[in-house]
Amino acid sequence: MREVDSETMKIVVCVKQVPDSWAEKTLRPSDNTLDRESVDAVMNELDEYAVEEALRLQEAQGGEVVVLSMGPSQATDTIRKALSMGADAGVHVVDDGLHGSDAVATSLALAKAIEAQGADLVIFGSESTDARMSVVPAMVAERLGLPQLTFSSSVAVDGGTVRTNRVTEYGYDVVEAPLPALVSVVEKINEPRYPSFKGIMAAKKKPVQTLGLADLGVAAGEVGLGAAWSVVAEAAARPPKAKGTIVADDGSGGVAIADYLSAQKFI
Amino acid sequence: MSLIMSRRDLDFLLHEWLDTGALLQRDRFAEHSRETVDAILDLAELVATADFAPHNRAADLAEPRFDGTTVHVLPGVGPALRAFADAGFLVATADASAGGAQLPISVFSACMAWFQAANAATSGYPLLTMAAANLIRAHGTPEQVLRFADPMAEGRFFGTMALSEPQAGSSLADITTRAERQDDGTYRLFGRKMWISGGDHELAETIVHLVLARTPDAPPGTRGISLFLVPKHLVDPDGRVGERNDVVLAGINHKMGFRGTVNTAPVLGDGAFTPDGRPGAVGYLLGAEQRGLPIMFSMMNEARIGVGLCATGLGYTGYLKSLAYARERTQGRPVGAAPGGPQVPLVEHPDVRRMLLAQKSYVEGALALILFASRLADDAETLPDPQGRQEASSLLGLLTPIAKSWPSQWCVAANDLAIQVMGGAGYTRDHDVEQHYRDNRLNPIHEGTHGIQALDLLGRKVLLDHGAALGRLVARIEATAARARGADQAGTTPADAGGPALADLLTSTTRDLVATTAALGALGDPAATMADATAYLEAFGHVVVGWLWLEQWLAAHGRQGPFYEGKRAAATFFLTRELPRVGPMLALLRAADRLTLDLDPDVL
Ligand SMILES: Cc1cc2nc3c(=O)[nH]c(=O)nc-3n(C[C@H](O)[C@H](O)[C@H](O)COP(=O)(O)OP(=O)(O)OC[C@H]3O[C@@H](n4cnc5c(N)ncnc54)[C@H](O)[C@@H]3O)c2cc1C
Repeated sequence: MREVDSETMKIVVCVKQVPDSWAEKTLRPSDNTLDRESVDAVMNELDEYAVEEALRLQEAQGGEVVVLSMGPSQATDTIRKALSMGADAGVHVVDDGLHGSDAVATSLALAKAIEAQGADLVIFGSESTDARMSVVPAMVAERLGLPQLTFSSSVAVDGGTVRTNRVTEYGYDVVEAPLPALVSVVEKINEPRYPSFKGIMAAKKKPVQTLGLADLGVAAGEVGLGAAWSVVAEAAARPPKAKGTIVADDGSGGVAIADYLSAQKFI
Repeated sequence: MSLIMSRRDLDFLLHEWLDTGALLQRDRFAEHSRETVDAILDLAELVATADFAPHNRAADLAEPRFDGTTVHVLPGVGPALRAFADAGFLVATADASAGGAQLPISVFSACMAWFQAANAATSGYPLLTMAAANLIRAHGTPEQVLRFADPMAEGRFFGTMALSEPQAGSSLADITTRAERQDDGTYRLFGRKMWISGGDHELAETIVHLVLARTPDAPPGTRGISLFLVPKHLVDPDGRVGERNDVVLAGINHKMGFRGTVNTAPVLGDGAFTPDGRPGAVGYLLGAEQRGLPIMFSMMNEARIGVGLCATGLGYTGYLKSLAYARERTQGRPVGAAPGGPQVPLVEHPDVRRMLLAQKSYVEGALALILFASRLADDAETLPDPQGRQEASSLLGLLTPIAKSWPSQWCVAANDLAIQVMGGAGYTRDHDVEQHYRDNRLNPIHEGTHGIQALDLLGRKVLLDHGAALGRLVARIEATAARARGADQAGTTPADAGGPALADLLTSTTRDLVATTAALGALGDPAATMADATAYLEAFGHVVVGWLWLEQWLAAHGRQGPFYEGKRAAATFFLTRELPRVGPMLALLRAADRLTLDLDPDVL
C-alpha cells in the first residue's frame, strides 16, 4: 500500500464531451460515427458529478484536481467548464487518429494519459449519455492495475484508503481499497455546483496540456475506427412511433384494456 | 431551443452587430474575452432556467402574504437569489477592487435578459439591491460602503428605492417625509412611503432602504430633498445586524402582475420600534443635504434601462412561446385549399404570421435598443478619448426615456399579440403568456410613467439641450442610411437588396421628426409645446428603433440562412409597416392641435 499525503493527493477526473441529450442525434453518412458537429456539445452529465466529487475531496483535504478529456478540438469547452467549476488543470487528449475509437481503444489512450499524470485517485462518471456502456472505467482500471470502486454513491478518502458505497440492486455495498484507485460515481452522490464568475475568470489562466498519440506512446494502429472491435455496417433511423391504441370507456373500458394486455402477453 | 430567450440573437447583437470584441480590448475589460463572455452567458442561461423559471408561475399564484408583522414570500425565491449571488451576478459589473468582475454593462444586460424573461418578479430583488449598492458606492462614505454596500454585494443585505409617497408619485417635489438631524450626525425620519418594492421580507439579513426625505429648514420643491440610508435593523460598525429600526409596514399592495416582488407601504418613525429608546427611524445622510434628487437621478439611466430590459425580456419570451405554439397547433386550411384536407399549423396563416412578425420586430427591436443603450453606458465610461465619452453620455441621456418607454409600450403590445396568436389557450392560466402580459403592464407605470418620460424627452433632453444631442443622433441615423444605400448588391437575394428603399423610409421620417421638433420649439407657448409630448415620445421611439432595425439589416447583409432572412423580414416589416405610423403623429404635433389642451375637464 502506498502512503498518500492528502495535502499532495492528485485526483484525475475523466470528463467526456457528449451531444446534448435532448438533441436529435445523427450518424455521419461517411463512416457511421456520431456526427458531433451538428449538435450542441455539453459535458456528460454524470461527469459533472465526478468533477464535483473531486472538488469536494480537495476542499476537504487539499491536493490537486486535474481534468482529463479525450475528444475532438471542441472538447476544450468541456475542460474549461470543469476548470471554471474549480479544477486546477486540464489535459486534452486530441488526435485525428483517435476518431472512431471504441471503448477498448479509448481506455488505452486514457490509461496512458493517467499514467503520465501519476494519479492517486481517478474519478469517472459511471456512464456517458451517448455510448451508455459503463465499461470504460473498468477497462482503464484493468489496464492500470488499479482497484476499481464503481457505481459509487459516496466516496471518502482517509490516509491511504478510499472507501465508497457501491450501489447495488438491493442497496449498497461498502467497498474499500488502498490508493491509488479508480472510482466511478452515480448521480445520487452529490449536487454539482455551477461555475461562477470567479471560476470562469480564473479558468482562463489555468494550464491545459494537449497530448497526441505520439506523446502518449500509443501506436496509430491500436486506436481509431480501424482498430475498433466492432464495425457499424449500416444504420437506419428509428421508425416513427406508431399511433397508440385508444380505448374509449363506455363502461367496458377495463375489460378492453385487460384483453389488450393479455393479447400482448403482458398479463 | 430555449423558450426563455434567444442566445442566437444575443450573440448576433453583441458580436455581429455591436462588435463586443473591440469593446473587450479596452483596459477595464482586460480580464475578459469572447471565451469568458460566452461562459458567463451560459451561466446566466443555466441559473435563469434552473432556478428562476421554475417558480415563476407559483409566485404569481401564491403572492406574498403579510401577517401584520412579517411578509412571507414563496420558498423558491430565496434559493434562486442565493444561486444568483453565488454565481457572481450581483457584482458582475463592479470594480475589481470591490470584488467585482468588471463585465461590460452591455454583456451584463444580455445576461439580465435571461433572468427578466425567466422570472421578472424574482429578478426585481437583486436589481433593486444592485442599484442601491451602486448608489452607496458612488455617493456614500467609506464607512457606509463597508457597513452596507459590501454586505449587499454578497447578497446578505437587500436594498430598496423608497421615493414614492401616497400623495407624491410622479411629482416627487411633493414628498413630505421628514428627516431631523441629531447631535451625533445621524437623522431620525418620520413619514409614509408608498409602492416600495421589496420593502419587507425575510430573504435577507436586513434591508437597506434608500429614502427621499426633507430636512425641516429645506426649501420647498425638488431642491429641498435629501437622500438617506435607513436600514430595517441597525447594523453595528463590525457588521452585525442588531435591533429593529423604526420602519414597519402599513400593509402590502395586491397587484395585477409582478406579484412575486412584494410591494409595500412602509411607515417610518411611528414608534412601532424604539431604537435607542425612542421613536423615529434612524437614517444616515447620503452625500450632502438637499442633494437627494440629483444623487438619486445619477442612477436613473441605469434603472430606466433596467425597466426597458424587463419589458423586453417579458416580450421576448412571450414571442418565443406563441411561436412554438403556432408551429404545433393545427387549425383550418389555407385560403383556396380543398375542404377535407388536413388542418395546417397556425403559422401557415398569413394573419398569424403577421402577428408573429410584428412581435419579432418589437422584441428584437427592443433588445437591440437596450443593448445599444447599455453599450453607450460602457462607452461613456471606457472610450479612450474624452470627447467620445462625452458624446456617448449625451446620446445615452437622450435615449434613456426611449429605452424605458419604447419597450414598455411595444413589448406589452407583443404580449397582447402572443395571447392573440394562441387564441383561447392564450387567455388561460395553463399558458404563460397571460402572466407575461400582466407582469409587463407595470413597466409603463413605474420608474416614471410613460407620460413623464415624454416630458423628460421633449422638455429636458431635446428642447433644453437646444437639439444638440438630437443633432448627433440624426447624424448617426443619416450615416447608417448612407451605408444601407451603398450596401453591396452583388449576389444578394431580393430581400437583401432592399437596403436603399428602407434607408429612404428612415431618412424621410427622421427629417420629418427634426422639422417637427423645430416647429414645437418655436411655438412660444410651453403648455402648447408639451401638451402632446407623448405623441412626440412615441414618434421619436419608432424612429430610433427603425434606425436600429436598419443597423441590424446591415449586420445581416450578405449572410444566408433562416436566422438572417428573419432579421431582414423583421427589418422590412418594421420600416415598411410600423414606421409609417409616425407620419400622422408628427402632423398632429406640427398642427399644434389644442384639443386636449383646451378641453374642459367637466365635459369628460
Ligand atoms: C408595482 C409597483 C412598484 C413600484 N415600485 C416602486 C419603488 O420600489 N419605489 C418607489 O419609490 N416607487 C415605486 N413605485 C411607484 C411608481 O414609481 C409610481 O406609481 C409612479 O411614479 C406613478 O406615480 P402614481 O402612482 O402616484 O401616479 P400619478 O403620479 O398619480 O400618475 C397618474 C397618471 O397621471 C399622469 N401624470 C401625473 N403627473 C403628470 C404630469 N405632471 N403631467 C402629465 N401627466 C401626469 C401619469 O403619467 C399617470 O398616467 C411602484 C409602483 C408600482 C405600481
